Amino acid sequence: MNAPRLVVVGASWGGVDALQIVLGALPATFDAAVLVVLHRAQGVRDVLQHVLQRSCSLPVGDVEDKQPILPGRVYLAPAGYHVHVEDAHFGLSVDDPVHHARPSIDVAMSTAAEALGPKVTGVVLTGAGRDGAEGLALIKRLGGCAIVQEPSDAARADLPRAALDAVQPDRVLALEEIATWLAERGGGAEVNGGASPD
Amino acid sequence: MNPAAHELDVEGLELELLLEAMFRRYGADFRGYARSSLRRRIRNMVRDERLGSISALQEKILREPEAMVRLLDHLSVCVTSMFRDPSFFLAFRQKVVPHLFSAPFVRIWCAGAATGEEVYSLAILLSEEGLFERCRLYGTDINAHLIEKARRGVFDAALMGEYEANYRAAGGKGSLSDYFRVAYDGATPRHGLKRNILFAQHNLAIDGSFNEFNVILCRNVMIYFGAELQNRVHELFFQSLRRKGFLCLGRRESLPRALAKTRYETVDAEERIYRRRS
Ligand SMILES: C[S@@+](CC[C@H](N)C(=O)[O-])C[C@H]1O[C@@H](n2cnc3c(N)ncnc32)[C@H](O)[C@@H]1O
Repeated sequence: MNAPRLVVVGASWGGVDALQIVLGALPATFDAAVLVVLHRAQGVRDVLQHVLQRSCSLPVGDVEDKQPILPGRVYLAPAGYHVHVEDAHFGLSVDDPVHHARPSIDVAMSTAAEALGPKVTGVVLTGAGRDGAEGLALIKRLGGCAIVQEPSDAARADLPRAALDAVQPDRVLALEEIATWLAERGGGAEVNGGASPD
Repeated sequence: MNPAAHELDVEGLELELLLEAMFRRYGADFRGYARSSLRRRIRNMVRDERLGSISALQEKILREPEAMVRLLDHLSVCVTSMFRDPSFFLAFRQKVVPHLFSAPFVRIWCAGAATGEEVYSLAILLSEEGLFERCRLYGTDINAHLIEKARRGVFDAALMGEYEANYRAAGGKGSLSDYFRVAYDGATPRHGLKRNILFAQHNLAIDGSFNEFNVILCRNVMIYFGAELQNRVHELFFQSLRRKGFLCLGRRESLPRALAKTRYETVDAEERIYRRRS
């Protein structure tokens, strides 16, 4: 299995602004893959790709079914589909919404954790609701790394708060710090030192 | 290995054994499906049946055929709607329909039709384009219960508002309500609409080709399949498609690269409409 490290970033309300800051700080040499799951209405897909691409030096695109996961790329969960991580590629489904959301952060994070274990870093940003908390906890349990946006720094604190209730994260950081942290670690896997990538 | 990873490994093995048991005992072949969505659905079933593990579910389905029936329903829980992705239906109207007029008789296969919304949407579109009389629409699905519902064609009246909006965005020329009779128990297609539609059970994973078609639609079905099974189904579609016939996939699905070049030309890249070369 030749999967790269994967950063899964989840957000809902206030997510577009937050993502511009985080993705904007990733250097062109960033060597992990990034999967972005943002709750969004169907039909605004192309705008989002466009908006995020403007601030990001890595190529940004919607996930295609069975697309291989490549380092140095930013993948967006398409509106109306869940993204599933399977070994070294993405899969899609139109299964029922989870926490009223499709794409759901929980689906992306849990399947990423199950497929890639310690190679995964989960990041929960601003938003309403509680999608992502369970997925982030699973990432942590399977040896990956968990980052939560500092609730007082978030446009909507529900999502980060729910995540903090569910998991003891590796870091609680403000947006700018998340960006630098990711940039410095290139995805940040094995931050725990102990987790062996077996 | 950490305990959670160990548990996951064991569960992965249980899942493979369950799939094997389903196949050997009932001939239900899900071995070629993408694992992640399958695993989530099977976990739901384990929870709903108040069982402790996938192994326990395996024991249950082997001994109780009714449990197997419930499992099959869990595996094809399905969300669909009328004129899902209106822009696709608009493109179909503009870029596929004009080519169908030259054929004396038009056969359309909608594979993975679920409860039929997609097929009825097509029927409406084709009758507005004056083509329906010459068409025969085949809606197939692996799940007999869904096919039964599709045949009955009773739709939730509460959804008709949303469908009406989709229909308009898809270039609808009248009003969707012209095509349905709304009663207390739901909206049913008016008589004429069902005339040229045939629903049947068909399993893409094991069944063969059953006709030659001018158009094949298979949207949001193959995303559930692994790459190998996808290739098998693409082979089946190619065999079942007339020369210059059209193949329509879901919004985020594409043809395997090899086929995209040699066997098909792209009619609309955004809407995933392809045309068989020869
Ligand atoms: C998400 S629905 C797609 C419905 C519709 N095509 C749409 O896009 O709205 C997927 C359907 O594929 C069916 N399906 C799954 N495996 C199948 C197989 N092996 N053969 C035929 N149909 C299958 C399921 O029963 C389900 O109804």
